[in-house]
Amino acid sequence: MRELTYLRPDDAAAAVAAVSGDPEARFLAGGTNLVDHLKLGVARPGTLVDVSRLPMDAVEEVGDLPGPLGTGLRIGANVRNSDLAADRRVRERFPVVARALLSGASGQIRNQATTGGNLLQRTRCVYFQDVTTPCNKREPGTGCSARGGHARYNAVLGASEECVTVHPSDLAVALAAVDATVVVLGPDGERRVPVADLHRLPGDRPQDDTTLRHGELITAVELPDSPGARRSGYYKARDRASYAFALVSVAAALDLAEDGTVREARIAWGGVAHKPWRATRAEEELRGRVPDEEAVRAAVRVELEAAETDDQTAYKTTLVEGATVLVLDRLRQGGPR
Amino acid sequence: MSPQTPQVEVDPVRVVPSEMGRSLERADGVEKVTGRARYAIEQAPSDALHAWLVTSTVARGRVTAVDHSQALAHPGVVAVLDHTTAPRLEESDNAELVILQDAEVGYRGQIVALVLAETSEAAREGAALVGVTYAERPHEAELREDNAVHRPESVNPDLPTDTEEGDVDAALAAAEVVVEETYRTAYESNNPLEPHAVVARWEPDAEGPVLTLHDSTQGVHGVATALAPLLGLEPEQVRVTASYVGGGFGSKGEPHSHEVAAALAARAVPGRWVRLAVTRQQMFAMTGYRTATISKIRLGAHADGVLTAIEHHALEQTSRIREYAEQTATPTRMMYAAPHRRTTHRLARLDVTVPSWMRAPGEMPGMFAHEVAMDDLAIAAGVDPVELRLRNEPETDPETGLPWNDRRLVECLERGAEGFGWSERPSEAGARLDGEWWVGTGVASATYPMMRQPGNQARITALPDGCYAVSIGAVDIGTGARTVLAQIAADALGCPVTTIDLEIADTTLPSATVAGGSSGTSSWGTAIVAAAQQFRADHGPSPDPGVSTTASAAEHRAAQTHAMHSFGAVFAEARVHRLTGEVRVPRLHGVYSVGRVINPRTARSQLLGGLVMGLSAALLEESWRDPRFGHFVTQDLATYHVATHADVQDLRADWLEEDDQLATPMGSRGIGEIGIVGTSAAVLNAVRHAVGIPLRQIPVTPDQLVGALPGS
Repeated sequence: MRELTYLRPDDAAAAVAAVSGDPEARFLAGGTNLVDHLKLGVARPGTLVDVSRLPMDAVEEVGDLPGPLGTGLRIGANVRNSDLAADRRVRERFPVVARALLSGASGQIRNQATTGGNLLQRTRCVYFQDVTTPCNKREPGTGCSARGGHARYNAVLGASEECVTVHPSDLAVALAAVDATVVVLGPDGERRVPVADLHRLPGDRPQDDTTLRHGELITAVELPDSPGARRSGYYKARDRASYAFALVSVAAALDLAEDGTVREARIAWGGVAHKPWRATRAEEELRGRVPDEEAVRAAVRVELEAAETDDQTAYKTTLVEGATVLVLDRLRQGGPR
Repeated sequence: MSPQTPQVEVDPVRVVPSEMGRSLERADGVEKVTGRARYAIEQAPSDALHAWLVTSTVARGRVTAVDHSQALAHPGVVAVLDHTTAPRLEESDNAELVILQDAEVGYRGQIVALVLAETSEAAREGAALVGVTYAERPHEAELREDNAVHRPESVNPDLPTDTEEGDVDAALAAAEVVVEETYRTAYESNNPLEPHAVVARWEPDAEGPVLTLHDSTQGVHGVATALAPLLGLEPEQVRVTASYVGGGFGSKGEPHSHEVAAALAARAVPGRWVRLAVTRQQMFAMTGYRTATISKIRLGAHADGVLTAIEHHALEQTSRIREYAEQTATPTRMMYAAPHRRTTHRLARLDVTVPSWMRAPGEMPGMFAHEVAMDDLAIAAGVDPVELRLRNEPETDPETGLPWNDRRLVECLERGAEGFGWSERPSEAGARLDGEWWVGTGVASATYPMMRQPGNQARITALPDGCYAVSIGAVDIGTGARTVLAQIAADALGCPVTTIDLEIADTTLPSATVAGGSSGTSSWGTAIVAAAQQFRADHGPSPDPGVSTTASAAEHRAAQTHAMHSFGAVFAEARVHRLTGEVRVPRLHGVYSVGRVINPRTARSQLLGGLVMGLSAALLEESWRDPRFGHFVTQDLATYHVATHADVQDLRADWLEEDDQLATPMGSRGIGEIGIVGTSAAVLNAVRHAVGIPLRQIPVTPDQLVGALPGS
């Protein structure tokens, strides 16, 4: 490891100042991803600004959120994944968030990983993590090895010539399905970014995972209460039963009328794109319908009209269709989510 | 062996079990769970230098330049060794071990330089700063059905490459039922919990050994014997210890290039300890793996499923720099009766790292192919899969005609079927949907040869208070050898296990063969019995403290007169999600015939571990080589999936009560590998039965299933 400067400022503003003034500086939170990258040579920062001890570690009730009810939860960026998943309010009012967290990583990693860090983790594309192979995300302009290589995890929606990888976070997918907002502190003050706008498609700048500017720090995530959020769930399809990244995942929140038709559906997919993919066309298709298997399959197929697949990723459209059926069916039955 | 204790060869007689058969806790369990057990890398003193390997980023070519300057300028870096500056090695035909001697690169991930530094961090950064340039040459790294292949002279360990008996083609032409299919297994990488590591010191002027290695290995004497001639030393000048080893699964069975690197590094800084830890990523490139296999199988049978012809062509790959021929078709030679039989092995030489032993080399991929082919035959003939195997039971070894030592496959199948509830199985596939899950069951047979290696010695020394030191250079790689050998020694001496002080895992002790081939307990245990019985003959029941006997066992004559094998039957239930194609295995049961079980607790762990590994191979494990680059790009435990706890549900291993005196004086045969054999086939056969799709390759993953499921 190179010599690097390690800073531990006392408040968030100082942390932001330290990183925004230094292009070689990076925030360090739980370290479950960045420390690996230091060892592998994937990241070579000159300065690490440790924000893990800043007092952003509470889950609080708030009453001034946008949304139909105005109430909700504000989650400090340093709340550990394990603590957030265990929070009773989260489990009751946002089950999709708890379930997504519990489907990620391992118990040890969830104890270490933070809410903000989870959202900013980087792709697990094998080429991104192997500095001996070309990767446009790691070294812009070198090429994309995932295209035509080990491709079964690759994106099927919104990919570009430069990058075909997917975002690995489960939490981000769940947050996209409950219209969460990220609170960001930058050198010019605080701003709020809808989670759906936090991550970006790769386009010709695959090195940028998010719309955050260098030095901007996630300080909290706000979850607005909604009827759908209470009836929400997550399913992660994967090779093994635990400790694997998603082949695809589905987060959904369902607000049903008394006759069983959809008042409002929110569906987000993981493992299909460079960002959590809000299936807005599918949501529209389901509005006013009973979300039975046939209706869900039809709605998903509308959303997937834009999908581009190859030999190794063709399964993903079938899989995301099946997994969406599975989640909505469970939500409709009110059974285990 | 110490010079004052002459070695004798003894033909040991049956040991009466008393301590043998007890479920003793592991002798080293407390040390391990409290962190007091010191593994290889922990043997390094705090002032040891840290070595870090620089590995090639091309699959084939020549190193044209190595720039040390940036690395040497990095604080803490002491030295950089490359092919121009490393100490010279003697010539050897094992090109895997001859590193840093010339500019040739034979595979991606080959050691091309190493950095010595005062800290691990400085060594790692120094390695990143070594500038290596290459003249790259075209490479071939993909195993296909149309590679150019050659016929190896023999297959691992030293078995005939091809066999033929009768007229297979005529028998197939006349057969009422024919199966002709191709079966595939993936590349798999051994991933013991403890990565490979070695601590080394070179002391040319010392009175003791010139080279001392604290290694993570399955055989200390094997390392000394392999490294000494390379380094221009006598084996006695190389001392190797391996007090605690966190698993090997074959990858620590022979020395690999990192051990040579550590020796070269130590030689470059005489008198100083050097520690070298292989990273998880480097393991995928340099410490061995199981070749992928392509098995073309033809079975001919009568309408009732009784086999008339068995043919198995195995296509696999080896490395251009060193040949290793996996013996994939060898279990097919002895498993079932049929008058007409043919097996072959062909290898593609690729520009890749050297394949090697991984738990049950040969038997694992070979029995996968044969046992899934048997499922194909059961379907084609309309015969129940258990019944099909019973109908093809051979009286004697089909290959040699020799009588079996104790073939009890039928009992394993029948007992397993009864315990599993096999009779309730619907004969048709894709017939049972339970909620969201397709449910099926499958069976496969297992077998593994019984081997007792020559070249083992043990020493018994009387201690005060009626205790005995029992010394042998065997290594406990986590299997429980430390516990089991003490039980054997106790019964062989006729005393309680508490009186046994066992010393192992050091080349200063009497020589022992590798912990591999399921031969450790048989080989070392028999040597201990020989020494103990000779000790009693020499010194009687009340020996004076200090008296000692060293002995080895006489040749294993029964191995010439009998076909010596263990057997088993594995039953699996698989569930396949109708919407996602995800596979779960709620039940996996094995019943084994493995001779006497010396310690049920440690034996069960071996068998259960094998079952889990077979399950993992069936559903998860694949080292994915990118042919464009030539290396495995799945190279950590997040991208190379092994089964987690959540993947393992109702797992059972049972065994028949036995006392196989043809095998060993303990009555035991060996249990390290048979648990993985056939297991992947049982799981895949269960998946096939669940969904009614004729799958013939592993791992079988949701992407292969989701679009092909019934109703999709």
